[in-house]
Amino acid sequence: MSQLKLSLSGISKSFPGVIALNQVSLELHSGQVTALIGENGAGKSTLVKVLTGIYQPDSGSISIDNELVELPTPHSAFEKGITAIHQETVLFDELSVAENIFLGHAPRTRFRTIDWRKMHAKARVLLHDIGAAHINSELPLKELGIANKHLVAVARAMSIEAEIVILDEPTASLSHKEIEDLFDLIRLLKKEGKAILFISHKFDEIYQIADRFSVFRDGEMVGEGELKNTSQQDIVRLMVGRSVDQIFPKRKIAIGPPVLAVANLSHPTEFDDISFELGKGEILGFYGLVGAGRSEVMQALFGITRTASGTITLDGTAIKPKSPADAIKAGIVYVPEERGKQGVVMDLPVFQNVSLPSLHKTSKNGFLVLAREFALTRKYTRRMDLRASSLSQNTGTLSGGNQQKIVIAKWLATQPRVIILDEPTKGIDIGSKAAVHEFMGDLVDQGLSVIMVSSELPEILGMSDRIVVMRDGKIVVIHKNDGTLSAETLVKTAANISLDAA
Amino acid sequence: MSRLLKNREIWLLLVIGALVVATTLRAPGFAQPANLLDIFNNTSILMILALGQMAVIITRSIDLSMATNLALSGMIVALTNAAFPDIPVPFLMVLATFCGLVMGAFNGILVWKLGIPAIVVTLGTLTIFRGLIFVIAGGSWVNADKFSTDFVQYTRIEFLGLPLLSWYAITIAVMFFVLMTRTPMGRAIYAIGVNPTASTYAGINVGRTTFVAFCISGMLAGFSGYLWVSRYVIGSVEVANGYELTIIAACVIGGISIAGGVGTVGSALLGALFLGVINSALPVINISPFWQMAISGAAIILAVILNARGQKQKGRLILKKGNTQ
Amino acid sequence: MTELPSKSRNIPDRLVSPIKTALFSWPTLLLAVAIFIFILNSFASPYFLSAWSLSDATFNFTEKALIALAMALLIVSGEIDLSVAGIIALASTIMGLALQFGVDTPGLVVIGILTGLVCGAFNGALVTGLGLPSIVVTIGTMSLFRGISFIILGDQAFKGYPESFAFFGQGYVWWVISFEFVLFLLSAAIFYVLLHRTNFGRHIFVIGNNPVAARFSGVRVERVKFVLFCLTGLMAGVAAVLLTSRLGSTRPSIATGWELGIITMVVLGGVNILGGTGSIQGVVIAAFVMGLVTFGLGLLNVPGIVMSIFIGALLIGVIALPILLTRLHDRVSR
Repeated sequence: MSQLKLSLSGISKSFPGVIALNQVSLELHSGQVTALIGENGAGKSTLVKVLTGIYQPDSGSISIDNELVELPTPHSAFEKGITAIHQETVLFDELSVAENIFLGHAPRTRFRTIDWRKMHAKARVLLHDIGAAHINSELPLKELGIANKHLVAVARAMSIEAEIVILDEPTASLSHKEIEDLFDLIRLLKKEGKAILFISHKFDEIYQIADRFSVFRDGEMVGEGELKNTSQQDIVRLMVGRSVDQIFPKRKIAIGPPVLAVANLSHPTEFDDISFELGKGEILGFYGLVGAGRSEVMQALFGITRTASGTITLDGTAIKPKSPADAIKAGIVYVPEERGKQGVVMDLPVFQNVSLPSLHKTSKNGFLVLAREFALTRKYTRRMDLRASSLSQNTGTLSGGNQQKIVIAKWLATQPRVIILDEPTKGIDIGSKAAVHEFMGDLVDQGLSVIMVSSELPEILGMSDRIVVMRDGKIVVIHKNDGTLSAETLVKTAANISLDAA
Repeated sequence: MSRLLKNREIWLLLVIGALVVATTLRAPGFAQPANLLDIFNNTSILMILALGQMAVIITRSIDLSMATNLALSGMIVALTNAAFPDIPVPFLMVLATFCGLVMGAFNGILVWKLGIPAIVVTLGTLTIFRGLIFVIAGGSWVNADKFSTDFVQYTRIEFLGLPLLSWYAITIAVMFFVLMTRTPMGRAIYAIGVNPTASTYAGINVGRTTFVAFCISGMLAGFSGYLWVSRYVIGSVEVANGYELTIIAACVIGGISIAGGVGTVGSALLGALFLGVINSALPVINISPFWQMAISGAAIILAVILNARGQKQKGRLILKKGNTQ
Repeated sequence: MTELPSKSRNIPDRLVSPIKTALFSWPTLLLAVAIFIFILNSFASPYFLSAWSLSDATFNFTEKALIALAMALLIVSGEIDLSVAGIIALASTIMGLALQFGVDTPGLVVIGILTGLVCGAFNGALVTGLGLPSIVVTIGTMSLFRGISFIILGDQAFKGYPESFAFFGQGYVWWVISFEFVLFLLSAAIFYVLLHRTNFGRHIFVIGNNPVAARFSGVRVERVKFVLFCLTGLMAGVAAVLLTSRLGSTRPSIATGWELGIITMVVLGGVNILGGTGSIQGVVIAAFVMGLVTFGLGLLNVPGIVMSIFIGALLIGVIALPILLTRLHDRVSR
């Protein structure tokens, strides 16, 4: 039964400044679910992209059914029977359910035209087979919820007779009931002999559905085996364990009076009843699973997301930021998670990125003064230990770590009161990570207050004074990080889903 | 029911119906079948062009050169007919279509192989084609008396009570409908407009599909070139000058999203028909035809606003109460 | 993706001097083209090199070029305005209407410019307020604005503008230097400063490159875009004053098709139609190139319509050539 379907060996992939995958291996067996476990930035998504033909590995080999294969394009992966069901399912919103299932291999009539009747009939059968008979195959996909979109994606996988199915965090936005349905489906796929790669943070899910596991950390495969012989503790340890050279430069600073107070902040669909205080000189960590609503709360503080109710008080004054410009003026700045899209302007030089929110200070009556811009940029990039060949270099040509330094330098130049860092070290190299961490220590030293959203356990445990745990848009608990808090406790509070049946 | 209300084609049909009824109240003859068929016939060319434009817009591109493509193809067949009146008209139709195809392919290849934005490419070819008309015609016109009888009659002969011109539009609409809904290429055109990345995953060549869309719009523009010259019995540099924007207007009114991926054959036809009905209604109810431009402008703006309102995005719905509704 | 192993401590402002950068830029290439055409023209026709004929040559592009200056800013920001010619028609018509009520020259000028501004604000409100795509909105308003002219005028024309009004489109400031030309040079200088030397201009570039990151950095994206639409409308209003003054009459078909000529000028000037890059220098030189081509071919008795072949080919050629050369270079080096 457990026949080796796909095996990767010695796969490496690096990007400028980052080694995303380092000599990793992975095996998938027919009729088995293999869980891929790892923190954000461990290399899981890079691996998925290698498997689906989007990235080409720098070295290593892939074999299917013991035959060496290459996956130069997404289409070739598709032809080899590999299909991925993503977090944000990549399908066609405007097209019908049936077409989403059959695009590229639609049934034809005698005249070689597309046979819609047969297509809908086949779609209905497929949907019925996977227990999704409630989905009308003629509806446009955009009218379905995430759970049903997943079902459509699974139906597509069945229709192309995919042998290898990758489920990339499929449960991230699903309710308890929907997760149960999905698991039934995965069991069905198992019975059909598919080899399944299941990516998730949630341990109870993994134990419920997976047969084998493979743990990734910092781009390396650090352990694999049968789940039934392995305890949850062991896996958490594998996932969290750090090489000893990772030191977090957390300094002991007396935390002052509250600078920022958030009370009962709510949003119609994204988060509810968020209340916390942030002291002067404090680093407040926000931990939770992907999609717990942490970024949404931060973006509300930064004036991007409109809130329905609740108050934000900064230095004793109530503020209502309606735009980032308002928030910046008040003294709240935000280092976004999506650096490339929201953080830096790739095609503009370093100095223009850094001076952007401070132009009113460097300019003279609205006219640019380049010398002052360069001076400002030099001052703050030096503090961040930026590595670049010149300040006029295009930001897009720098590594992720250096881009992140630019984003932080940009905000420091505005001399903020509160700096929010959203996954500040995601996807950046170890050296830049250390620089960012060290810098956070500097910041609080100077009396700034820091909010850090992070899914990386060592980071959040190593840096934070207190840790807010969020789940499903709500704050579950606020831990004091006094050295007794363990990674295991944190993971368990964040991942525990059994409390919330929908 | 709510689905029905969201359907753009039904709305357009209702609006057009209301227009016809309102006009008839003031000018009783307006709703007579003969007059309605006349309006249809008058709108035939715009309908054909709107279909071609639709194929391109769905792929997230735009073809500004359709009207000059039409004029150049029209001039080529006009000159051919004037010089060799014995060449059978069906051959000229093929010739016009072929000329259009070449021009469309030229646009398409620049967009596909060089990655130049479609709006720039077709802005350039728009002026080039217009200039070429002048060059090949030596600056002169082809007047009514130069055309062969067949050339003029092949849009006018009536068949089952309808002029051939209308039949061409009907035939093309049917063929186009089959192409867009019943062939893999048609579905690929939609797919790359909805989600180019996902299309690549599904094995669709985005660039090549865009190229094909330009070829389609070129062919339809070319064929319309013959129809235009035959219908208005003139070949000149001024033919369909500025008409490119009317074509786009028809598409926008039909609800075809400039962002790509959305639009049906029916809505493109009705968008064109809407403009056609307004065109015919104004003189009948004694509103100066000079109102026509402002009205179609206002209609476009209204249509864009409606299009945008239909496409409001939902949030991520993290809270469970959002999920359970 | 080269990361130089440079020391972090002293990062230079720039590695290449700005002069050198300017030397290998689009405007320089374009300037070479302009000079080449100039020389070609002077060989082609003996009449070309006279001060008066050169002065005449400026008239056929300055009005378009004035709008192109503002349009360049708008396109850099990632938007477009196809309604500018419609605005000219409407502004000219409103001026003509005011004339019927006995408004004199200063009033006419103010009304013309104000009409342009209002039209621009209308476009801006639709695009930024309702979040609509500017290309479609302005296709709509282009018909709407010109349509209103047609409603007011039908097939009539407004004539009989006061003599003092003629100065704007026909007058000379000094010798052969026309008012239009001076206004164009002055505006070019102002727009150059605005785009390349002010905070506002920097914001335009940032928005064009990445509107999301711009917003996340505190740039008020919608406000900047709204101002740009107003500015484009304003310049269309100015052009309407000049054109009406030059022609001495208003017809609703005035300036038909200008929008495409103006956009060609902007794109030829090196402004990326997708936003993010461009320069006023480029647009100014592109205006001269187009003016020279048109005028030179005119001297050779080439009809205007044929010139459009050259303009269109120039537009595609100058964009395609660098792409093709890079490809060729890649292939050779591989």
